[in-house]
Amino acid sequence: MAAMVQRLRASVITTPTASLINLVGLAIVAVALVATAQRVYQGGATYFFQTLGFGLAQGAIFALVALGYTMVYGIIELINFAHGDVFTLGAFVSLALMPVFGLNEGRISGAALILPLLGLFVVTMLICALVNVGIERVAYRPLRHAPRLAPLITAIGMSALLEGVMNVWRGPFNLHYPDFLPSTQIPIGGGVTIAAKAVMVIVVAVVLMVSLTLFVNRSKLGKAMRATAQDRDAAQLMGIDINRTISATFFIGAALAGAAGIIYGLYYNSVQAFDGFQYGLYAFTAAVFGGIGNIPGAALGGILIGVIYSISDGYFTVSWTQVLVFAILIFVLVFRPTGLLGMRVPEK
Amino acid sequence: MTTVRNFVRSNVRNPNAIAYFLMAVGALFFPAVVQFATGGSGDYLVGLAADGGIYMLMAIGLNVVVGFAGLLDLGYAAFFAIGSYTYALVASNHLGVTPIGHSLHVPFWIALFIGMFVAATAGALLGAPTLRLRGDYLAIVTLGFGEIVPRVFRNAGIWTGGVPGISALDVPTLPGWVQGPWIGQDFGWVPDFRFTSANLTAYYMLMIILIAFVVILVHNLYNSRLGRAWMAVREDETAAAASGVNTVSVKLLAFSIGAATSGFAGAFYGAKLSYVSSENFGFIVSVTVLAMVVLGGMGNIPGAMLGAIVLYFILFWLLPNAPGQMQGLASSLGLDWLNQSNPNGWPGIGEVVSRSKYVIFGLILVGIMLLRPQGLLPSQIRKQELTHEEPEALAAPRQLQA
Repeated sequence: MAAMVQRLRASVITTPTASLINLVGLAIVAVALVATAQRVYQGGATYFFQTLGFGLAQGAIFALVALGYTMVYGIIELINFAHGDVFTLGAFVSLALMPVFGLNEGRISGAALILPLLGLFVVTMLICALVNVGIERVAYRPLRHAPRLAPLITAIGMSALLEGVMNVWRGPFNLHYPDFLPSTQIPIGGGVTIAAKAVMVIVVAVVLMVSLTLFVNRSKLGKAMRATAQDRDAAQLMGIDINRTISATFFIGAALAGAAGIIYGLYYNSVQAFDGFQYGLYAFTAAVFGGIGNIPGAALGGILIGVIYSISDGYFTVSWTQVLVFAILIFVLVFRPTGLLGMRVPEK
Repeated sequence: MTTVRNFVRSNVRNPNAIAYFLMAVGALFFPAVVQFATGGSGDYLVGLAADGGIYMLMAIGLNVVVGFAGLLDLGYAAFFAIGSYTYALVASNHLGVTPIGHSLHVPFWIALFIGMFVAATAGALLGAPTLRLRGDYLAIVTLGFGEIVPRVFRNAGIWTGGVPGISALDVPTLPGWVQGPWIGQDFGWVPDFRFTSANLTAYYMLMIILIAFVVILVHNLYNSRLGRAWMAVREDETAAAASGVNTVSVKLLAFSIGAATSGFAGAFYGAKLSYVSSENFGFIVSVTVLAMVVLGGMGNIPGAMLGAIVLYFILFWLLPNAPGQMQGLASSLGLDWLNQSNPNGWPGIGEVVSRSKYVIFGLILVGIMLLRPQGLLPSQIRKQELTHEEPEALAAPRQLQA
């Protein structure tokens, strides 16, 4: 309760200039919303739900990747540039593992898919997680007491390394990813439908995110993570194994990114070695949008960015969408630096 | 004579002085050595070195922002793009086809400073509302800005030439120039000299002069009151503010001076290439320049320059040439089958090496950082300051909430 009051008090900025700035920000948001609403109204319901379904599915993938960024940033304040490439690695690894699980396009469908896909998810997530833990061990841990920018450079180096490995492995081509998800439309009343594919993506993502939240909130390791994020030295004094906790954070973040990679492949049916970098930047934007270090914030930010992305693609011009996403990023940071759900932490 | 001896004696153990000396000597003798070593066909290499100078200028500028003032800028290429496009607009026929309908042909020497000024203004405009953000939030804002600017240039249609960009920019001209054996001719005076791709040594010499100019400028700034204020802000912003440093204006100045240097480099880049396109200013450029600064030694001007040389050499000479070298090696060893692609998915050794250039780049970045986290040529002052562990007060607020 006290925390909530503090959060509310902190979110209300009281100086006159700040309130003027906030007013300007709100006015811009209002104008944008009105313009969008008008276009949506003209476009009709069918088109809107199609766009929304696409946006939610894309947003769910952004959210899964954003969680890894936000957790790593929350615990060691590092923008883990390699995270986006771990996500692509998930798609590549799962593509290579498919024959092992008997997942051949056209030969298998329906309920027979569930078990092999589950196995594929588990193995891919495990591989990605181990790769990310290895990256942390090799490239970030030795630099924990180095100047702050040193791990950022190794993160960029690791990102290039992963992209390079995937490039050597499969070449710089758009690879076909098998299409296993049904292409049916689910009616939601009034003659309006939503793609089953999108629903499945969203359901899987929500299950993963809920389990992550439960894990961080309820488990002992989750508690250790929160403690380490808050004050590493104090956590260590309380008997928490810092290295193990940080490794666990990288493990979980990468497992989610690996899952996101599979979902991305199944949803778009195409993957390329360099996809992850740009995608990672969007996911990172989502994490900042929600409030970096905040797990529900990253989920919310991811979904919002996904929906904004698809609405901009669907109702405005495609070529300005990316500009819009990054403009929102700057906008959020100028008007609400802690993101949508982030708490204002006093400067120490 | 004694003064010279004392100067030498007092600097012989100063790594910065040695680095400056070696770089100056190397820069002056580079064209002659290259022409001699390649038998007069080294023009391409001299041009490559001139392009490397563009990165070096940017590294010196980013060093002001990141190294001196401690502001992490991940969108530095945006100012480079702004400088290039400004030059393209004021020194080509392009404005004639825009709704303005009247093209400008500002001479290079003035346009260079227009590009610099416009980039500095853009830096101030971006910095004014965002520099109150602390630590990594500023990095994220600049990252967003760096992503936005090239896309705006690509999408702005008729104003910026869209996807194809703007071509046929004016080249620099001089009332006269000295020609000599370095371009395969006798000594002589060339009146009304135009910088062309046939005489890349001229671009190279111009680049050296620009770098020397910027280095002197930045070096003096570093030793000035402003430079001390930058360091104070970098080490502890609150303490600096309490000691009477106007932190906002000091940070804004660092940001604008960094942007100005980048715009300066951008204008030169536009003139040398005679062409600008939004494809050349992506995040990878910002990251490369940042890596140069950190790799070389943050907060140290010769360090940033050294980092630029090393990384540019790796990225633009070693890696592009590696596939050809590898193919040559394979044939000379009698392993020609390695060069052929086969249906089992082997694309040929050249292609494999070419694809693995990112692997090599990544390994080099990680390796150098692990071996020398403080950079190749670290700042001596910074080293003294950072012998103790980084105080908690500098860290951005941490949180992990679920």
